[in-house]
Amino acid sequence: MGVLISLIAIAVLTLVGLVGGSVPGLRYVFGVVLPYIAIATFLVGVVIRIIRWARAPVPFKITTTAGQAKSLDFIRQNKFDSPSNFWGVVGRMALEILFFRSLFRNTKADLKDNSKLVYGEDKWLWAFSLMFHWSFLIIFLRHFRFFTEPIPFFVPLLQGLDGFFEFGLPIVYITNLLIVAGVTYLFFRRIFNEKVKYISLPADYFPLLLIAGIAITGILMRYFFKTDLVGIKELTVGLLSLSPSAPAETISSMFYIHLFFVCSLMIYFPMSKLVHMTGVFFSPTRNMANDNRMKHYENPWDDEFKKEYYALHYHTYDEYEDEFRKFMKAVDLPLEKEEEDVK
Amino acid sequence: MSSKLKPADLMKSIKYEMPKKQWMDTKPEFKVGSYNYAAVPDSIKYIEQPNPRKWQPYDEDWKLPENWKEIIFEGMRQRIKKFRSLQLFMDICVRCGACADKCHFFLGSGDPKNMPVLRAELLRAVYRKDFTTAGKIMGKMAGARELTVEVLKEWFYYFYQCTQCRRCSVFCPYGIDTAEITFLARELMNLIGVNIDWVMTPVANSHRTGNHLGIQPHGFLDSLEFAADDLEEITGVKVDVPINKKGADILFITPSADYFGEPHYFTLLGYLALFHEIGLNYTWSTYASEGGNFGSFVSHDLMKALNKKMYAEAQRLGCKWILGGECGHMWRIVHQYMDTLNGPADFLEEPVSPITGTKFHNAKSTKMVHITEFTSDLIRHNKLNLKPERNNHWHATFHDSCNPSRGMGLLEEPRFVINNVMNNFTEMPDNTIREQTFCCGSGAGLGTEENFEMRMRGGLPRANAVKYVHEKDGANILLCICAIDKATLAPLMEYWVPECEVGGIHEMVGNALEMKGQNKREVDLRGTPYSELEDKSKDKLHEEKEGKK
Repeated sequence: MGVLISLIAIAVLTLVGLVGGSVPGLRYVFGVVLPYIAIATFLVGVVIRIIRWARAPVPFKITTTAGQAKSLDFIRQNKFDSPSNFWGVVGRMALEILFFRSLFRNTKADLKDNSKLVYGEDKWLWAFSLMFHWSFLIIFLRHFRFFTEPIPFFVPLLQGLDGFFEFGLPIVYITNLLIVAGVTYLFFRRIFNEKVKYISLPADYFPLLLIAGIAITGILMRYFFKTDLVGIKELTVGLLSLSPSAPAETISSMFYIHLFFVCSLMIYFPMSKLVHMTGVFFSPTRNMANDNRMKHYENPWDDEFKKEYYALHYHTYDEYEDEFRKFMKAVDLPLEKEEEDVK
Repeated sequence: MSSKLKPADLMKSIKYEMPKKQWMDTKPEFKVGSYNYAAVPDSIKYIEQPNPRKWQPYDEDWKLPENWKEIIFEGMRQRIKKFRSLQLFMDICVRCGACADKCHFFLGSGDPKNMPVLRAELLRAVYRKDFTTAGKIMGKMAGARELTVEVLKEWFYYFYQCTQCRRCSVFCPYGIDTAEITFLARELMNLIGVNIDWVMTPVANSHRTGNHLGIQPHGFLDSLEFAADDLEEITGVKVDVPINKKGADILFITPSADYFGEPHYFTLLGYLALFHEIGLNYTWSTYASEGGNFGSFVSHDLMKALNKKMYAEAQRLGCKWILGGECGHMWRIVHQYMDTLNGPADFLEEPVSPITGTKFHNAKSTKMVHITEFTSDLIRHNKLNLKPERNNHWHATFHDSCNPSRGMGLLEEPRFVINNVMNNFTEMPDNTIREQTFCCGSGAGLGTEENFEMRMRGGLPRANAVKYVHEKDGANILLCICAIDKATLAPLMEYWVPECEVGGIHEMVGNALEMKGQNKREVDLRGTPYSELEDKSKDKLHEEKEGKK
């Protein structure tokens, strides 16, 4: 069901992109106007999200400790899984964001002979996700050769690394293969892994297919259906320098589909789960040090406890003693006030 | 108990197959043995919570306030503004499914809504419907779902089938913490009087008498003096039991189950022996006679009110710092919440061990030290005369309680103590201990008789790992540092691994501790004669030899 809806959505997008690139009057709209709208939506949308998260307070320090805390001198702390200071947190976040540390722990549980639970290593999700995300990033960075003039220094560097094996013509970029492999795995996992299929929403298939669409159209353009790169670069540099020119006639429809997919992704991004890209930086279980007992942490809305909650007045010792004084007296427990004093 | 499934039948009933129907289209079914009874009105009234009434989860009509939906939505609105965690965790889940088979309730029940991702989706779908543009426009397509009584019933069923153990949060690539989601979902439900008795009545008790069990001061004194007598009988040493003593250096707080429950009680004997032996100037308190905090299973507000007693009492008695006993959720609250909720406790001093002079830098601000930190330090400085051979009848394995491991990072201290007080210790497999430890299946207020089947299911992964070391290495006692564990692992073991006992670390300390002026120990803290044990082990050796022949 979710797959079908997503497939239809992608088909529609392809068609729209195709029309946009084929009808002369629409090229300016699809080549210039829409990218601006997409970039603006993306930036504004993401910034709004970030501001909303950033403005929401973090009342408690709820670090998930995934290793030995800083403790007595002779006990060895796990500095990244249970960081006790800023740099430890930086390390933990870096491991999380760059290498998907938590996903790396993944295991697979199963029932054996209906009598015991067994667990196995399961690094596939980690491996393919990492592959997918890193390829995406590198491909995005490589695209700077289309965005700016002169080409930034890192582009040739990445191109060199990415085309390390020097086969194919034009040279095959490893990331092109990896992103397709990654996205394929992630997509089919949602279909063949029963549990994951059960939890998947249309909003899970759609972005995968959209990104697959971007990758495939990009690859087709590079290796099979050559297009006017000079014309494209003029267009993109124009766009990014805020002095757009009308797109050259020679730019192929394939490019328009590619671009339309990219625009769709940018527009879709801020209102979807894709915001996990920025959200992960805010995760309170990961980005806070496990120094809870070392340093006082203030709840920014502590004063409001009484106003907004059904504030329960804490039961004071005096109230307690008033209720139980007789019994306490009878067994010689020390008292603050004697019976006579109260009367 | 109406329907006690046999272990083998329970095992057979577990299938990790997904239903045909989509999860949004299935309704909750309140299966006997899989839910907890509703809170009684008296308790609710005593702690001034909303909508006290008589009702039960299996009732058709839950007698909700007329505007219950608005209350929930308003509650969500407030909490989204107050908790970044909630907002973020609603927004960023990608449903990768890494958490799916990490939950002990899913592993033991096969119920898809026990996959942490779906548990959270129960709340998330409602959030999408009413708080996001995409959800408002696209509805079900965007994974949005309207809040109805049926949905609320599902919330109740599944948010009270989560023990807030945080195992899923270790595996989540974004650190989404189901404990946080469950906590807030329960808080929302509490706004309309949907809660369970095993949480609310202990809260009311603790509010009034200082402890969950509702033990009044004279009863508290009785049971401690009884313990002192027991200890004297075992060791020949008469120990002091200071209660509500002003001017003591240290206030000692432990969960109330320790002075009534079994096997908690043996750990209590261990504490008494230890404190006497090192001559600690400390005190118990009747007013703060509870380390645990069931308020934390239902609302931040109740958690705060109950927690406040610890500092208040330490201040009243003029203690320098607080020492805390073996307990799980108590320690999550002490470690991660107390200082923020009711601190800073400037009237206390930075904790220093009066015996070794060690400064507990890691507790500098909160000023409360965990008993295994304290004991580790004593052992490290050779302050205890230990005879680990007095625990030779035990072969231990150690259950990391959820909260000390994932909410504190207290992993090595208990192991250090165990390794010094006993000779036989074997770890369970790696992915079932430390930060990946499996819950007892009965935490966060779910440890009731009526919920028995679900507890046995939730505890299965833990029991499964114990069984492994029991069969392979002969482990015969499951040690833990949590009162709920001690109360609920015992029946869990009885169900799944009947040959395995449950105990606390300080019971083992008490057994091994050589006390000045003590008699020769004829029995261990459980009262089992060592001579008998020796005979038993001789028998066992004999049997083994016979077997080999």
